Amino acid sequence: MTNLFLLQLLNGAQFGILLFLVAAGLTLVFGIMDFINLAHGVLYMVGAYLMATFAGLTDSFWLGLMLALPATLIFGLVLEFLVFRRLYDRSHLDQVLATFGLILMLSEGVRILWGSAPLNVDMPELLSGSVPLAGPLKYPVYRIAVIAAGLASAVGLWALINHTRVGMLLRAGASNRPMVAALGVDISRLFMLVFAFGAMLAGFAGAIVAPILSVDPGMGESILILTFVVIVIGGVGSIRGAFLAAILVGVVDTVGRTFGPIWLRMVMDPSAAAQTGRMLAPMLVYLLMAAVLFWSPTGLFGRKGAK
Amino acid sequence: MSPLAPRLKAALALFLLMALVPPVVTALGDPFLTVVANRMLVFAIAALSLDLILGYGAMVSFGHAAYLGFGAYAVALGARWGLSDLLAQILLGMAMSAGFALVTGAISLRTKGVYFIMITLAFAQMAYFFFVAQSSLGGDDGVALQARSSLLGVSLEGDMALYYVTLGALMTIYAGLYRLTGSRFGRVLKGTRENALRMQAMGYRPFPYQLVAYVIAACLCSVAGVLLANLTEYVSPAYMGWHRSGELIVMLVFGGIGTLTGAVAGALVAVGLEEVLAIFSDHWRLGFGLVLVLVVLFSPDGLTGLAKRLGIGGRGNG
Repeated sequence: MTNLFLLQLLNGAQFGILLFLVAAGLTLVFGIMDFINLAHGVLYMVGAYLMATFAGLTDSFWLGLMLALPATLIFGLVLEFLVFRRLYDRSHLDQVLATFGLILMLSEGVRILWGSAPLNVDMPELLSGSVPLAGPLKYPVYRIAVIAAGLASAVGLWALINHTRVGMLLRAGASNRPMVAALGVDISRLFMLVFAFGAMLAGFAGAIVAPILSVDPGMGESILILTFVVIVIGGVGSIRGAFLAAILVGVVDTVGRTFGPIWLRMVMDPSAAAQTGRMLAPMLVYLLMAAVLFWSPTGLFGRKGAK
Repeated sequence: MSPLAPRLKAALALFLLMALVPPVVTALGDPFLTVVANRMLVFAIAALSLDLILGYGAMVSFGHAAYLGFGAYAVALGARWGLSDLLAQILLGMAMSAGFALVTGAISLRTKGVYFIMITLAFAQMAYFFFVAQSSLGGDDGVALQARSSLLGVSLEGDMALYYVTLGALMTIYAGLYRLTGSRFGRVLKGTRENALRMQAMGYRPFPYQLVAYVIAACLCSVAGVLLANLTEYVSPAYMGWHRSGELIVMLVFGGIGTLTGAVAGALVAVGLEEVLAIFSDHWRLGFGLVLVLVVLFSPDGLTGLAKRLGIGGRGNG
């Protein structure tokens, strides 16, 4: 039982790390540019598809990853240039409408180019296999590598934002955009940078998740809503909040699905526990969000009085 | 408020046009199109109800489809309990929606902006998973209805009968909302949308007005749900998924918010466009998405803005 719990905890952390990689870009774009990008999940999907394509072409996980990352970056830049930069000054509703349209277009485009059937990406030789964890328990190396890569990205992001000039400009832009522009910073270039960087992080998440999940056209939409849950719980614009919330959401969702029915069985009869568990498990994340917003209407680390 | 306001004229023209659809398509030998047009009307009701809170109250609910689901499940539950009259089912749907909207609305209104968007989504998702887990109601797969409802003893089995009942409901709700948004209540709501602080300074407490509007919108949307279940003779949790809520926002913004007529036009055009594009290609989403992006990029305020620039009816209301 303890072993199972540990296993699910790790799985939850790994899921949370992935959510963080996608959420980081979204919360930056949202916090700094005040731009609601529903199409952010699509970038995660495009990352996974590019990874599947390049890994298939080069027959190597590592080469595939090397090619997929800059490719998603370029894809993000093209989207920014063609559509998003025209939307920064528009109302949130216009942004929702346009990016919803983009989701439809890009998901359908992916379906046309790659077909609806799920694709697989082979795990690299180096990271396949598992390591012994406590006792008879084993854990796949690849999932540990995903956690490590995510943590490394989180640390890198933290250093970038808190200890570099670009990060300083970002923080300044988040709190007062016109002032930063008045000081002579090319704000539109800064925006483009943030956007492309966020796109690449989402693409990175899609690329590294490709070997453990199947790559299909619905993957962007299923992660999108959870990503929004994460950034809202964490507080819009806060990387630290996004990180904590992502881990929280990942663990609550994963552990709740496995242990919800088990714990419920202690207080009610098995069939009722199974029924209630099936109902409550997928609700948990939303209950968590509603509860957080009830106590703190701008999320855990949101600025008070923020829009 | 002149009774011949351009947007009212535009709405009347739309209703007249829709009233002509069944005889025309029957004469053309394609009566199935009545069902398609009925779908457009159902979503027009849903988008209209969303306009009250989103357009007039600036409350962007990302969970409005939940009430579509409550209405639909009222039909399924009604059929089980022997309530086959449409009005009884509408009352049941409204009661369920009002109860849910009162509680969740009161909690949601503590938050603002994107947090409001997400907390309404959270509550709708909870309702969604509640119905997914109800295996007696078919769970995830949903439940097929044995028959359509009747209205005061008249069966709605015929597509034509259901169509005109839906059109009647749409026109009644439009008229009701037109009066409501023009009333003192509506003006307080609009005032709060423009500047909540000033309204407070004038002695109004926005919260009760917003909550009442939220509950009214929920009840009206459940009417669309009752009609949708009757139209498809099938009820499933998919009616209340977040995807559907997103589509309702899209229809409304597409048509132009805060005019009522825009909501109707947006739903008619969006559902119609989906159906037309689907005839040409399986990949209709590509074209539909492109239209949405182009409308936003080149026509602020959606179709209403477009109509205004082309000089036809539909003047926006403040």
